[in-house]
Amino acid sequence: MAKIAKMVAQRLALGLLTLFVVSLIIFLGVELLPGDLAEAILGQSATPETVAAFRRELKLDLPPHERYIAWLADILRGDLGRSLANQREISELIGVRFANTLFLAAVAAIISVPLAVTLGVLAALYRNSFYDRAVNVVTLSSISFPEFFVAYILILFLAVQGGIFPSISNVSPGLDFWDRVYRVILPALTLTLVVVAHMMRMTRASIINLLASPYIEMANLKGLSRTRIIVHHALPNALAPIINVIVINLAYLVVGVVIVEVVFVYPGLGQLFVDSVIRRDIPVVQASCLVFAATYILLNLTADVLSILSNPRLLHPK
Amino acid sequence: MNSVMKLLRSAPPSAVFGMAVIAFYIFVAVFAPLLTPYGESEIVGAEFLAWGDEGFVLGTDNLGRDMMTRLIYGARNTIGIAFVTTCLAFLIGGVFGLMATTVGGWLDQLLGRIVDILMAIPTLIFALLILTILGTSIPVLVVVIAVLDSTRVFRLARAVSMNIVVLDFVEAARLRGEGIWWIIGREVLPNSMPPLVAEFGLRFCFVFLFISALSFLGLGLQPPTADWGSMVRDNATLITYGDITPLLPAAAIALLTIGVNFVVDWFLHKTSGLRDEH
Amino acid sequence: MSTNGAEHQVGDVLLEMRGLRIEGQSDERWQEIVHGIDLTLRRGEVLGLIGESGAGKSTIGIASMGFARPGCRITGGSIVFDGIDLTTASEETKRKIRGARIAYVAQSAAASFNPAHKLIDQYSETPVQHGILKAAEAERNAKELYRRLQLPDPDKIGYRYPHQVSGGQLQRAMTAMAMACKPDLIIFDEPTTALDVTTQIEVLAAIKDVVRQSNTAAIYITHDLAVVAQMADRIMVLRYGDLIEEGNAREMLANPKQDYTRQLLAVRTYKKADAAAQPDTPLLEVQDLSAAYGNTVLVLQDINLRVARGRTVAIVGESGSGKSTLARAITGLLPPLKGKVVFNGEELPASYKARTREQLRHLQMIYQMPDTALNPRHKVREVIGRPLSFYLGLNGETREKRILELLKMIELTPDFADRYPGELSGGQKQRVCIARALAANPEVIICDEVTSALDQLVAEEILKLLQRLQDELGVTYLFITHDLATVKAIADEIVVMLQGRVVEQGEKQDILTPPHHEYTELLLSSVPEMDPDWLDGLLEKRKAAQ
Repeated sequence: MAKIAKMVAQRLALGLLTLFVVSLIIFLGVELLPGDLAEAILGQSATPETVAAFRRELKLDLPPHERYIAWLADILRGDLGRSLANQREISELIGVRFANTLFLAAVAAIISVPLAVTLGVLAALYRNSFYDRAVNVVTLSSISFPEFFVAYILILFLAVQGGIFPSISNVSPGLDFWDRVYRVILPALTLTLVVVAHMMRMTRASIINLLASPYIEMANLKGLSRTRIIVHHALPNALAPIINVIVINLAYLVVGVVIVEVVFVYPGLGQLFVDSVIRRDIPVVQASCLVFAATYILLNLTADVLSILSNPRLLHPK
Repeated sequence: MNSVMKLLRSAPPSAVFGMAVIAFYIFVAVFAPLLTPYGESEIVGAEFLAWGDEGFVLGTDNLGRDMMTRLIYGARNTIGIAFVTTCLAFLIGGVFGLMATTVGGWLDQLLGRIVDILMAIPTLIFALLILTILGTSIPVLVVVIAVLDSTRVFRLARAVSMNIVVLDFVEAARLRGEGIWWIIGREVLPNSMPPLVAEFGLRFCFVFLFISALSFLGLGLQPPTADWGSMVRDNATLITYGDITPLLPAAAIALLTIGVNFVVDWFLHKTSGLRDEH
Repeated sequence: MSTNGAEHQVGDVLLEMRGLRIEGQSDERWQEIVHGIDLTLRRGEVLGLIGESGAGKSTIGIASMGFARPGCRITGGSIVFDGIDLTTASEETKRKIRGARIAYVAQSAAASFNPAHKLIDQYSETPVQHGILKAAEAERNAKELYRRLQLPDPDKIGYRYPHQVSGGQLQRAMTAMAMACKPDLIIFDEPTTALDVTTQIEVLAAIKDVVRQSNTAAIYITHDLAVVAQMADRIMVLRYGDLIEEGNAREMLANPKQDYTRQLLAVRTYKKADAAAQPDTPLLEVQDLSAAYGNTVLVLQDINLRVARGRTVAIVGESGSGKSTLARAITGLLPPLKGKVVFNGEELPASYKARTREQLRHLQMIYQMPDTALNPRHKVREVIGRPLSFYLGLNGETREKRILELLKMIELTPDFADRYPGELSGGQKQRVCIARALAANPEVIICDEVTSALDQLVAEEILKLLQRLQDELGVTYLFITHDLATVKAIADEIVVMLQGRVVEQGEKQDILTPPHHEYTELLLSSVPEMDPDWLDGLLEKRKAAQ
C-alpha cells in the first residue's frame, strides 16, 4: 500500500507543480508584452485615469516577483481582480459562466460516455464484422469534422429546417432545469458527436489489445462462456485504460467547449474567454485561463490516480 | 517501384478515396492562381449573392468577393500553413524525442518533465493566451502551434525509439564507439519511421483543424487572407436562412481530414500487420 | 508413491485426428502449415510431440481442443474426441469440452494467469462454471492438488495474485488448474521451456506424478528430446508440419529410424577436444569487480577472472546469477562500483564511453537474439562493412574484398552481401553477427547466450563454426550461457556463478569430474538426459540423500 500512496503522492505533487508552472506562464506571458503595457493594451486614446486604473489593477507599480506573489495570493483568496472592460469582479463574472460550461459538459458527458463505451466494446467484440468496419469509417469521418461544421449542420437540420431545437442556447439564471437541458441539447449533441468518436476508438483499441493477451486465450481454453470471458476476465483489466479514455475526454469536453459556445452563443466560460481575448481584457483572460487549466489538470490527475488504483499489480504488492 | 504499385493495388476503397482527395487538394493548392478567375481578396460584386448569380458559381461572400475564388485560395493558405507547422512540430518533437531516448539519463528525465507539464496545459486555451499576448501573425501562429504540438510528437518519438534503443544492434553501435548523431540517424530513425509517418498524417489533421478553429474564432489567419475557418465565421449568418454556402469551406476542411485519416488508418493497419509477423 | 517405468494403463482410443490440415496467415495470404497429420491417442497415454520451431507442434496440440489461434484456421481432416468430431461440432459443444474434458497448460504461466484474480479463484472457475463442483468444494480440491504438486504453503498460496508467485510455482499452479475438472486429456505446451534447469526438474517431477496418479491422457509438446523422453509413452517427431517418425518412446530413443530423428538425438553429443592447460599470461583479467544497478542491490560481488589468449572460458549460471551483467561490466556498458578490467596488461576505463577506439575494437560482442542484434534496415554489406571502415579505415575495393572474405569465413555465399536481415534464417543472422565481430579483428569476443535462441541443430552448427574460427584465427572467447551442454561442447575453462558470485572456476575436466561444489552438482545433475529413466532415478537419488 505504501507504494501506491507514494505513487499517488507523486502524481499530486506533479499536478501541483504543473499548476504552479501554468500560473507562472500566465503571469509572465503578460510581462512579455512589449513597451508600456498599459498604453499598449489600452491604446493611445486612453484617458490617464483608465491607464492609472489599469496599472493599479495589474499592480504594475511593483517589481515583477512581488507582483507575482501578490497576484497569486489574491487568487488563493478567491480575488481574481476586476475586468478592464466593465470593471466587474472577475470571480463573480466567471462563477456563473463556469457553472454553465460545466452544465453543458455534464449533459454531453451523460449522453456520450455510456454510448461511446458500449459502441467501443461492441466494435472490439465483433472485430472485422460489417458493424466494426462501418463504425470505423463513421468515427474516422466524424473525428475529421471541425466542431463548427458539426454544429452548423445540426443547426441547419434541427433548428432552421426542423425547428425542433433553438439555434441559440441562451440560458439565464432563472430558467428551470428541463428548460435548460432543452436549450443546451444542440451544443451538447455537437460535443457528443465529436467526443464519442474519439472515446469509442480508444475503447475499441484497448479492448482489442487486451483480447490478444494469453490469459484471454486461456479463458477460452477453459471453456468459459463469452459473457464470462468479457465480464470476468477482460473487463477488470480493461478498467484502467477505459477510465483513462473517459477522463481524458471529459477534460477535453470542459476545455473544448470554447468553439461550441461561440457557435451557439452560449454564455459559458469559453465564450467569455474568447470575447476577452478579442477585447484584450487581460485580467479576465488570465483568470479564465487559470480556471480552464486547473480543471484540465485536475481531471488528468484523476485519470492518473484512478489508473494506478485499478492496477492489480500495484493494489496487491508482493 | 513494383512493390509500391502492388501496395497501392491492395489498398481498400477508403484509402484509395483518401489518396484521391489528397491529390486533388494538392493540385488545387498548387495551381490556385491558374484555377481562379479573380484575385484572392478582389471585390467583384454585391454582397451575399446567391449561387449562379451574375456568373459567380457559388455566389459572393459578406464583402462581395467571389466565393469560389476564396475557397480555392483557402486551400492554398490553410493547407500550406498547416503543413509548415506540422513539419516544424516534427522537427522539434522528433529530434528531442530521439535524443531523449538515445542519450537517456538526466536529459531524458528533464525533457520528459518539461513535456509532461506542457501537455498538462490545454492546447487551445494556451494558444489563445499566447496569441493574445504576442498578437496574431502567421509566423507567431506557426511557431506557437508547432511548439505546443511538438510535445505530442516528442511523446510518440520517445515511445517508439524507446523500444529501439534497447535493441542489441544499437548497443553494438554504441560499443563500436559510434557518435550519438550516427546512432540516431542510421540506427534509430530508420526503424522508427512507420509510426512517425502515420503520426505525421494525424498531427497534420490536428493542426489543420486547430488553425481552422482559431480562424473561426477570429484569432487565426487575419483578413483579407482567404481561410476556410474565417470564411465560415464571416458568412455564418446565411445558415439561419437555410443557405448552405458557409458549410462549403467547413466541408472542404472535413473532406481533407477524412482523406488523410483514411490513408493513415490503412497505413497503420498495414505496418502493424507487418510487425506482427516478426 | 511413484511407480517406476513410463508405460502405464492404456485404454481405448480417446482422440483421433485424420488428415489434419491447418493454414496460417502471413502477409495477408493463407499458407498451409500443417499438412495432413494423423494422430491417435488412447486413454491414459502420454504422447510427446517434438520438433523445432515451425514444426507445427503447438498448433496441432491446441487443435486437439478444436481451437485455432487468431491467424490460423483448420482447413481439412477430422479431430474426433471421444466420438465427437470437433471440426464440425458447434461452439457450445466445444465450449463444454474445453476445460472440463480437455485442459491446457501454457508455456508462460505468468502471462496466462489473469493478473486481476487470485490463483485459487482461477482454479475454481473452471469446475464451477462447468457446473461440476461448488466453489467451496473446488477450493478444497485446489489445496489438495497444490499440496500434491509440492507448492509451498498449499493452504494459503492460492489466495495470492499471479505476480506474487515465482515462475516455477506458477507453472505448477497452472498444472493444478488444468487438473481441476479431472479431464480426460491435458495438453502441455512447452510447460518448462521458460524455466531454469533446476526449477524445470521440480515442475517435470510434479507433472509426471499427477499425470500418472490420475491416469490422465496427455499430449506433451516440447523441442527438447531429453525432456520428452522422461514424460512420454509414445513420441511423434514433426518437421515443417509433417510427421517424420512415430513410435514407442523407448524404442525410438534406442533405435531411431529417420535421419532427422538421429540428428536430434545426436545434438548434445558434440564435444571439443580437451585442451592442455596453458600457463599463459592473461589476455583479459577481471579483478575484484562488484557492480549494481542503480547503486542499490549488488548484482556482482568480488568477481575475479583470468582469460588466457586463444582459449574459451565459459561462464555458466541460471537466471539472476549475474552472468550477463558481468559481460556488461567488462564491455563498459555498466561501469562497475569497484574493481577493474585489465586488457593486455592495461587497465580499461570503466565506461565504454571513455575507451579508445582501439580498446573498443579488441573487445567485440555477439548477442543472444540475432533478430535484434542486426538493424533490419541495413544490408549485410553495411553490417559487416561498417566496422571495416570505422576501425580499419577500409573503403572501396579493399573493403568489398574483405567483406567477401568474411562471408566466406562464415560459410555464406557472396550474394548474401545484398540481403537484408529479414531475408535470412536465424542461423544465417547469427553468422552475420559473427562476421561483424570478426570484421574488427578483435582479440576477445564475448558470446552472450549466442545459441539459446536457435533451434538445436542450428545451434550446433554455430558452435562448430565458432570453434573452427578459433582454431584458424586464435581468437579468445568469453562464453556466457545457461546451457551445460553448450559448456561441455565448447569450453576450455568453466566459471560457475550463483547470485552474483563465482561459486567455482577452473579447467573443464576439473569442474566436470567429481567431487563438485554443491551447486555445480545440482546444476549438472538437473540437465535432462535422453535416458527415459533418468528423471525417476534422479528423484530417488535426491530423496535418498535428504
